[in-house]
Formats: sequence, structure tokens, C-alpha cells
Amino acid sequence: MTGALSVVAETRGAGETRTGGADRAVVPVTMAAALNAALADSLAADERVLVFGEDVGTLGGVFRVTDGLAARFGEHRVFDTPLAESGIIGTAIGMAMNGLVPVVEMQFDAFAYPAFEQVTSHLAKLHNRTRGHVRLPIVVRVPFGGGIGGVEHHCDSSEAYYAHTPGLRVVTPGTPSDAYRLLRQSIDCPDPVVFLEPKRRYWSKEQAALTTDGPAVDRAVVRRAGQDVTLIAYGGMVDTALEAAEAALQEGWDVEVVDLRSLSPFDDATLAESVRRTGRAIVVHEAPGFAGYGAEVAARLTEQCFHYLEAPILRITGLDIPYPPPRLERLHLPDADRILDGIARLQWEDHA
Amino acid sequence: MTYGQLIHIPRSIGLIFEPDTRFIATTARTIWKRSLKGTVVTTQTLADPAPTVLADALLPSAEPLQLIDPGGRAGRNPGGLTLPEPAMLLELYRRMALGRRFDRQATTLTKQGRLAVYPSSRGQDACQVGAVLALRDQDWLFPTYRDTVAVVTRGVDPVEALTLLRGDWHCGYDPYQYRVAPQCTPLATNTLHAVGLAHAAQLKHQDEAALVLLGDGATSEGDTHEALNFAAVWQAPVVFLVQNNGYAISVPLAKQTAAPTLAAKGIGYGIPSLLIDGNDAAAVYSAVRACVERAAAGRGPSLIEAITYRIEAHTNADDAARYRADSEVQAWLARDPIARLGAFLTAAGLLGEQAAGQLAAEAERMAEGIRDRLSQDADVDPAELFAHVYTRPTAALGRQRAALFAEMEESGR
Repeated sequence: MTGALSVVAETRGAGETRTGGADRAVVPVTMAAALNAALADSLAADERVLVFGEDVGTLGGVFRVTDGLAARFGEHRVFDTPLAESGIIGTAIGMAMNGLVPVVEMQFDAFAYPAFEQVTSHLAKLHNRTRGHVRLPIVVRVPFGGGIGGVEHHCDSSEAYYAHTPGLRVVTPGTPSDAYRLLRQSIDCPDPVVFLEPKRRYWSKEQAALTTDGPAVDRAVVRRAGQDVTLIAYGGMVDTALEAAEAALQEGWDVEVVDLRSLSPFDDATLAESVRRTGRAIVVHEAPGFAGYGAEVAARLTEQCFHYLEAPILRITGLDIPYPPPRLERLHLPDADRILDGIARLQWEDHA
Repeated sequence: MTYGQLIHIPRSIGLIFEPDTRFIATTARTIWKRSLKGTVVTTQTLADPAPTVLADALLPSAEPLQLIDPGGRAGRNPGGLTLPEPAMLLELYRRMALGRRFDRQATTLTKQGRLAVYPSSRGQDACQVGAVLALRDQDWLFPTYRDTVAVVTRGVDPVEALTLLRGDWHCGYDPYQYRVAPQCTPLATNTLHAVGLAHAAQLKHQDEAALVLLGDGATSEGDTHEALNFAAVWQAPVVFLVQNNGYAISVPLAKQTAAPTLAAKGIGYGIPSLLIDGNDAAAVYSAVRACVERAAAGRGPSLIEAITYRIEAHTNADDAARYRADSEVQAWLARDPIARLGAFLTAAGLLGEQAAGQLAAEAERMAEGIRDRLSQDADVDPAELFAHVYTRPTAALGRQRAALFAEMEESGR
């Protein structure tokens, strides 16, 4: 890792990227540590990058994702703000207008709602409003989703609100090494990015060397190759889908798992290729199914792959209820069993 | 620990607090304290009162500061404000006259269907012009939809400024060219942008200040509260100018706030504030200039409330007769900012009939130019619908664009 300050590379669109990741050995790393490394490397690589939000300074964030950054980079680069989410996003917009690259944190998913107007009316639209004159290369980090026994307002899956807003990019990592890659790519991206961090995976570990080499910010990745059915997952559900895929082997199903990474824009090419090949698909998410993100996935893949489909595309999701209290959340969240039940419903009668 | 130690004392106010009283407020001449044993408010005269603006007073004066009164004579309450030089007074008058003509032309074009809508700022001319002329080239303006005259006064091409209201695009000018942010439609959201931009300037050691325009209604929005608070905590070089024109569309100030004045809110955030006569261009210019200089000197944000009046309805689509009496409008017409400065300049021998005639001719030429350019049909490009959603159009948007163009070709749309 280098401490030199330099202006960061231009943005990339589709395809492979090289953003100059750190040369590191293969070591066990948690997602929280990988995110911390990504922030540190971006702060070191580009003096325009700032990290701010509630409790991200001295404390290092309630999930410790910003641990040590204020001490290393100083209060002018990494700082605590007053407790006001609209204020955080609104001032980040002004800072970006003046040439800085803010990476801000919304402490929890449901605590980001006070900033909704700034996100949807300005962050998403200023570039379009000004015919491209104003660029807002802002990253909004949002710890999202449940599975951690959090009380009300701490476990929302808010991705559909953001994905429904043109002008925003919405991404979410499924693995520690991809958390590093995707966050650095998001910070380098000239568009505003809502970066959803699956809380339940903050402490999951992977043997990995952290690098930015690999799929671009807007590409999906096949995490497990299979021939019979495509499981489409993102964020915290990627591991759950992989677990279901392993269990499905015993039932004789060879399951492919695709990690979306980018919820908006949607990687039609990778997904359509997979679904046309397997002929069956299930999209999995924690959020309620009604008008949820999975509805868009099912609809657009049906439009693109209709003549290849052996069964309707199913959604395995949370219930259409407000997020439940901790002692009941296991009944709400999709698990491997619910996914396997879904796979069983995919009209296998004609399957050779 | 005493209460005195707990209280954040603005750097520029060198007051000593006794441990048995709690600091409430300070104006130029008075410190207000509350006894810890009761609720009795005591006051105390300062030995050496400083001019209001320079004292960084957290509380505004009780009466609006004024340099020139409605009759065009010396104002009765100048506070620490300085009368601008004659050349600037003449320029304020000229720009207000041009701005008024622009406003009238835009209203006419709306009636003719050439503009989709136009929120007039007639009556607020002194704020629109005085505040903008007080800015330096490197400073930024964050206007609202009612501030088109301010935008044009800053130098934005009139047709570019009217692009939003003509319906061609959401913003017709390059904000960086003029250092003017897009006109803000959701009220108060621009206050945070101004604070962020100003704070970034501070972080980058750039000498830039931001002026954000808002109205009385916008002071009720949460973003205004957050912006004032962030600005104060960060000591950002930003000036908040509240044009209190009496109404938020139809809702009068009394239903908006119970505060004694809107400027009085500054103390809650630790922001020095001024209450000024918003129909006195000299006072607006002088107050904004002082606050910009204050910001540039690293002394943080300021809040100005300018008392003014919206002579026209909210927009051409509004019927103001439903919520206010004509007598009220007539009373404010008698306080017209242009006539006021004109009378002052005439009495001072600075404005003669010949100069007034030349100015009227200049205003007519400007209006004619706008008329001519806006009477041509707008040239809108469907490809632009997709071009700027992201810095590079996504593949999916590329397909939608192709589909739309095919649809247009087929249907002749």
C-alpha cells in the first residue's frame, strides 16, 4: 500500500477493471475488515476522498468499519457529523459540487429515510438536471438487512427504494473480497452509488487477497456453476443461496448461483445467459416480495428468456410484513429450506 | 463544572459568565441572562457597544436595519451597516430596474404561453439584486425558483435562466460558468448544498463563500434546521438570506412560526443574525457584503432575515385574492424598493432625467431581446432524455433510446 496522494483513475464502464488495488497476501479477512481496507486505500490514493457520518470518527463506526481511519488520516478527512441524515447527504452533495469525493455512512438502513429527499431529488438527479455539468461521485454506505437480531428500524432491506430511482447506482457485495473490490470501484465511479452492506455478513470470513482486479462495478458474477436452475441472490442472501445449492445436490439438482452485485444497473447479459442455459430461475431476497426488487428481476428475465423457460421464475423472499421483532425474524427471512422448497416447485415433471 | 463552562461562547464575544447565571443572548448593547435559581431574565448594558454587524451578535436588532427609508431619506436604524459608495448605489438602481423589466417580460411571456410558469419576485427586487451584487466572483449563489432575477443579475444569460420555466430542460446553464447552483424547487434543500460547498472550500483552503436564498416558508423545513446547525458546527463560510415576503404561497408567517423574528432563530444554532429592511437595496447589499467578508475572514456563517413582500401572486396559476387583501398589497407598493433608491439618488443629485431615460431604453432593449429569442419554438432533443442519467448511458438505457426512436419514427411523434 502506498501513502502517496494522487488523483484517481477515470471511471470504467463495463468489462474488467484495474484500479490499482493493494498487493496483499492471501489471508483470512472479514467483510468489515475488507471494507475498512477499501476505505483506507481510497483515502490514501485520492486526497479528494472524505469519510463522514455519525460515529465514524473516534468510535470507528458502530460496526467498526471505519476503525482507525480518523487517527490515520486526520479529522479533516474522516469526521463525525451532527446527527442528521439529510444534512449528511445534502452537505455531501455540496462538497462534491466543489470537487470532493464524499463517502458517507447512514448508520442503519431505516435511519437513512430522513435523507430520502436529498437522495432521490438531488443526489440522483443533479447530473441529469445540469446536462452533465455537475457530477456527484458520492458513495452512500448503508448497512442493510436483518439476521443480526436487531430491534425495529435496524434490519430493513431498503434496496427497492433506491433501485427504483434513475440516476443512482445500487450495489451490494456478497463476499469479503468483493466488498473490498466493489467499494473501491464505487468510490472511483463518477456516478452516485448507494452501497448496501449486508450486516449479517460483516463478520463472515474468506481467505482472500484484496484487489480491485476482477468484474466491473456493474457486472454480476456466477458464484457457483450449475445446469438445472439459476439462483439469483445478492448481499446477505448469496451465502444462503450457496448453502441451498449444496443441499440441493442431495435432491439431484445442479444449482447455479449468480451474485448480482449491481442491483442498478442490472446486468442483463450475464443473467439472461445463465437463465437461458438452465431454463429455470429463482430470485432470492430478504425484503418483502410485493413490489420488491425480485419482481423486476423476474419480469425482465421472463421478457428476455421466455422461450427458454421450463417454469415461471419464482421469488423466494421475506414476508409482506414490517420487519419482525428479533425472536420472530427467523420466520421472516428466507433460508436454505425455503429456497429448496422453491426449487421443488419449478415443474420438474418433464426433467429427464 | 459551571454552566458558564458548559455554554458554547462564540469566539468573537468576549464575555465572562458568572457561574450563577445562564447566558441567554447578546445584542449590541445588552446581555440577557437567566438566573439559575429562577426564571428571571436580567439585562445589562455593555460599556462599549460595538456596531451590530461587527459584533457578531447572535440576536438581531429589534427593528430591521435600514440605510434608506421608504421616502428615500437616510434610514432610521443603520446599525453597523455602511452606505455603499455612489457608484454601487447607481448600479443597484440600474440592476433593479433591469430586473423589474425582466420580471415583467417573463410574466407577459407566461400569459402568452411561452413560459410554462413564472414565479415573480416583483417587490423583492432589493434582495434579488442587492444580495447578488454583494458577492465576489469566486463566491457561489444557491437560488430558488423565485430567484430568477438574482440568477440573471449574477450574469446568467436570460434565456438560459428561463430554460427551466420554458420547459426545455430542468436547468439551462452551466453552474460552474456562473457559480450559480441550479434553481432549487424543493424548498430548503439548497441550504445543505450551500453549506457543503462552503465547507469544501474551507477544507481545500479556497477563499469562497456561499450565499443561499430561502423564504419564510422554507425556514419551517427540516433541511434549513440541519443546514444552520451543520454550518455553525463547521463554521462554514456561508450566508443564509431569508427573504421573508410574508407568505408561503397562501400561508402567512403567523402560521409558519411563533418565533419573534426568523432572524432570532440564529441564536439557537450559535449563528450571528441580522434583521434588515429587505426593500432597502443599500441595506441588503451592505448586510450581505459584511457577512460574506465575515465568512471569508474565517468567522463562520451568518443568518439574515430581510423583510420584504411578494407583490404578485405565487405564480400565474395562483389567485392571491383568496388569501390577502388588496389594501395590504397597496401598502407595500408604497414601499417599492426601486422608487425608494431612485428618490435617494435623485435627492443626492446622482440620478438625473437623462440617465433615467437611458436606463429605461436599456431595459426595453433587454426585454425585446428576450422576447425575440423566446418567441422562437424551443429546440428540444429526445436523445437528451437518456444522455445524462448517468455519466455514461447504461446498456439498458441505450436499448430504451433505440426503442423510443423507432416508436417516434413509426408514429411520427
